[in-house]
Amino acid sequence: MSLPARIVTLLVAFAAVVAGAVFIVVHYLGSALPVVNYTPEASGGAVNVVLQEAPVNSVTPRPDWVSYFVQDPKTHAWVHTTLFQVPENTRVNMTILGYDGCTPLRNNYFSKIQGTVGNRVTVQQFKTLSQPVGPTRVYSLIDSWANCSVAHTFAIPSLHVFVPVASPVTALFNSSACGTAPCTNSPHSMEKFSFYTPKTSGTFRWQCFIPCGGGFLDGNGGPMQTIGYMMGNMEVSG
Amino acid sequence: MAESQAPAAPAKAEPNHGVRIFSIWIVLALAADLLIWFVWKPHLPPGDMSSSARHQQFDIAVMALAAAPVMLFVWIYFGYALVNWRHRQGDDDDGPAIFGHTGIQAAFIGGTSVIVLALFVFGTVELIAPAGAGAGEGANPVWKPSGNNLLQVQVIGQQWQFTYRYPQFGGMETTVLVLPVNRPVAFHVTSLDVIHSFWAYQLGVKADANPMVDNVAYTTPEQLGGFTVRCSELCGIWHGAMFNSGRVVTPTAFQVWARANQAAEAKSGLLRSLPPYALAYDPTVVPQLGKVLVKLGITGAAGYYYPPQDPVQP
Repeated sequence: MSLPARIVTLLVAFAAVVAGAVFIVVHYLGSALPVVNYTPEASGGAVNVVLQEAPVNSVTPRPDWVSYFVQDPKTHAWVHTTLFQVPENTRVNMTILGYDGCTPLRNNYFSKIQGTVGNRVTVQQFKTLSQPVGPTRVYSLIDSWANCSVAHTFAIPSLHVFVPVASPVTALFNSSACGTAPCTNSPHSMEKFSFYTPKTSGTFRWQCFIPCGGGFLDGNGGPMQTIGYMMGNMEVSG
Repeated sequence: MAESQAPAAPAKAEPNHGVRIFSIWIVLALAADLLIWFVWKPHLPPGDMSSSARHQQFDIAVMALAAAPVMLFVWIYFGYALVNWRHRQGDDDDGPAIFGHTGIQAAFIGGTSVIVLALFVFGTVELIAPAGAGAGEGANPVWKPSGNNLLQVQVIGQQWQFTYRYPQFGGMETTVLVLPVNRPVAFHVTSLDVIHSFWAYQLGVKADANPMVDNVAYTTPEQLGGFTVRCSELCGIWHGAMFNSGRVVTPTAFQVWARANQAAEAKSGLLRSLPPYALAYDPTVVPQLGKVLVKLGITGAAGYYYPPQDPVQP
C-alpha cells in the first residue's frame, strides 16, 4: 500500500473512532431523562404531583412499552420521565391518572394501601376527561385478584409507601382504550393520595410491583427494569 | 629469622537458633491469640445477636487462633533469617550444606495435617451443631433446633422487596421483620420471580430465595435490637436497593405486635385477599391469569413466566 493510501486509511479510521465517540456522547449521555422539578411549586408545606400511566409510550423513539409520565407543573405538558423532584418535609398530594387496563399483582399483599395519609386513596372513574363515572370512592385496599381493578402500583419501599393504582372501568377501557401517549381523553381512573417526604434530602426509588413487562421473562423485564418507564426516582431536595 | 604467628582466635560459639526462634514465636503467638480472643473477637462479624451469629463469630475467632501462630512462625523465621544469616561484608564462603532434617519435616507435615484435619472436623461440627449455622438447608432440613415452640416466618422475595408472612398469626404479611427474643425461628425463604437471597446480617442468617422452592434456615435471636436484611443475589436493576430492616423485641411486645397486625389485616380485608399460606407459590398462576385477561382484551399488560418460545428455558 502506498504512503498516501496508508495516511488516508489512518485518517478514515481515526475519523470513524471520533464519530463513534461523539455518537455515544450525544445519543446516550445527551438523552438523559429530564427531572421534573416540583420544588418551586410547593406552598403551605404541600406540593401537588401529577403522574399518568399510559398503556404504550408513543412519544419518543424509545421502546413503546407501558410507561409512567410526569406532568410539568408549569406547562402542564406530559414529560416522558419517571424522575421528579420535591422538597423535604413536605406533604406530597399525588394524583395518578390510570389509563392502562388491569393486571393482577404477583403478591396481592400490595393491594393494601400503606404509607399514605390515613392509609387511604380516593378514586374517581372517568369516561372522558370531563365525564366522570359514578361517585368518588375511598379505598384502603384495592384487591387486584378479586376484581381485576388494579393497573399498576406506585411504591416507594424505603418510605413504606405502597399504593395500588386503580384501572379504568373495564367496559369503558375495552371500548376506547388509550392508544397514543400521553393519554388525554380516554377512559381513565383518577386516584389521589398524600404522603410526606422525609426531613432530610436524598434520592428515593419508586417502582411498580405489577409484572407488567408484557412479553418479557417473568413479566419483569423491559419497562420494569428501565428507568423512565415503570420505575424512577423521587429526588427530595433541601 | 624466626617468624612469630599470632594464635587464631577461638571460633565464636554458634547460638542455638532453634531455641531463639521458638522463644520469640511462643511469646508473640501467645500474645496474638490473647489479643484475638479478648480484643478482636467481640468485634468480629456478624456479631452475637443470635445463636447462629454467635457461632459464626466463635468459628471465625477459632480460625484466627489457629492461623495466627502459623502466620507468625513464617514471619518470625523470615525476619530472623534476614537479620542473622544475611550476607556480610567480606564473607564469601558458602553456607553449610543442607542434607534435610527428618524431624523437622515430620513435624511440619504432622503439624499442618493436624491443624487442617482439626479445622475440618471443627467446621463440620459447627455447621451441624447450631441447627445448620443459619444457612439455608433446602426444603428438608437435616439439622433443626430442639424444642417445639418454633416461630414460623415465611420470607418472600420479589423484585425488589422482601415481605414476611406469619402462618401462626393467620398468615398475616408485613414488610418489616419482627422477631421475639430467645425463641427459635424457622425462616421459610422463597421467591415470586427471580432468585434472591435473604441475608439477615446481624442474625447470621443467609438463604437463597428461589421461585417454587421452600428453603429453610434456623436461628434464635438472643439480643434485643435492630438488624438489617439485604438481598445478596444479583436480582435486577434495583438489587442494590433491596434491603429493609427488622427488630428483635420481647416476647410480650412481639405477641402484641403480631396480634395487632393480624387484627388490622383481618379488618381491612387484606388477609382474605392473600392466597392461602403455602410453603411456595407458583408465580405462573397470576401471570397466566394475566394472559387470559389479555385474550379477553381487558388489559394492556401481562407478565408471564418462562414462555415456551423463550430460548432460555430453566
